[in-house]
Amino acid sequence: MRWIWIDKFVEFESGVRAAAIKNVSLAEEHLHDHFPAYQVMPASLIVEGMAQTAGILVGEARGFKEKVILAKVKRARLEREVRPGEQLRYEATIEQVSAEAASTVGRVFCEGKPIGEIDIVFSHIDNNLSGLEFPEENFVFTEEFKSLLRTYNVSGRGT
Amino acid sequence: MAMSREAVFEKVKEVLVDALGVDDDEIKEEATLTGDLGAESIDFLDIVFRLEKTFSIKIPRGELFPDDILNNAEYVEGGKMTAKGLTTLKAAMPHADFSDFEKDPDVSKMPNLFTVKTIVNYVTTKMA
Repeated sequence: MRWIWIDKFVEFESGVRAAAIKNVSLAEEHLHDHFPAYQVMPASLIVEGMAQTAGILVGEARGFKEKVILAKVKRARLEREVRPGEQLRYEATIEQVSAEAASTVGRVFCEGKPIGEIDIVFSHIDNNLSGLEFPEENFVFTEEFKSLLRTYNVSGRGT
Repeated sequence: MAMSREAVFEKVKEVLVDALGVDDDEIKEEATLTGDLGAESIDFLDIVFRLEKTFSIKIPRGELFPDDILNNAEYVEGGKMTAKGLTTLKAAMPHADFSDFEKDPDVSKMPNLFTVKTIVNYVTTKMA
């Protein structure tokens, strides 16, 4: 399974905000286990979808030079379950960014209606965890993730 | 804008309750962030961001939590911070209370320098 939990970006304002959508489908095998008689998109994967939306926003802001890792989910609140056939929309805004970290606030919509908030702190890990070294290659922003942005044609930066 | 120390404490308390998910009666001046309040290293990034937002201040890296000194092996000998290290750290952290740490500068006790009071002192000075 490919670990991509957004389908495409629909808005992208470099360094500021981004919106992505995710269509929930019964073709996703995991839904048949969660749960066999009543399929619900796992809330943890909704958090992941927001982390990918916000994480790419944060990464793009610095030309994908930083390894952006989810450090902390500050807040996650979802009002209702999300079921196959529904469309999620993740809206993320950069709240603060520094050399070593970034924080984002996010709102989740389902079928156009707000259903929750997910706020995240990301770490630029090369600038943290003193003494630890990470591989030079950017293992966070693989081509798969960058191709998501290409489909939106976001970038005058040639990413 | 200057703020009274009490007003800073109340706001710091809110920041820590939100950042660490602790009860507000756990936030006492002497409470240590990691020991008493269960903060993990990653929470420090969150706390710095929240303080910046709450107080509309900029906290340059290493000013509140000087990790470059804390993690510098040059300042450690036999598990204790050297005199030079201690002098450097004290200069970098005028907002911390070193009275206990000075008696036994065991590096494992370094996290105890980071108390609620340390943060309140820092912000109060910054706002002055």
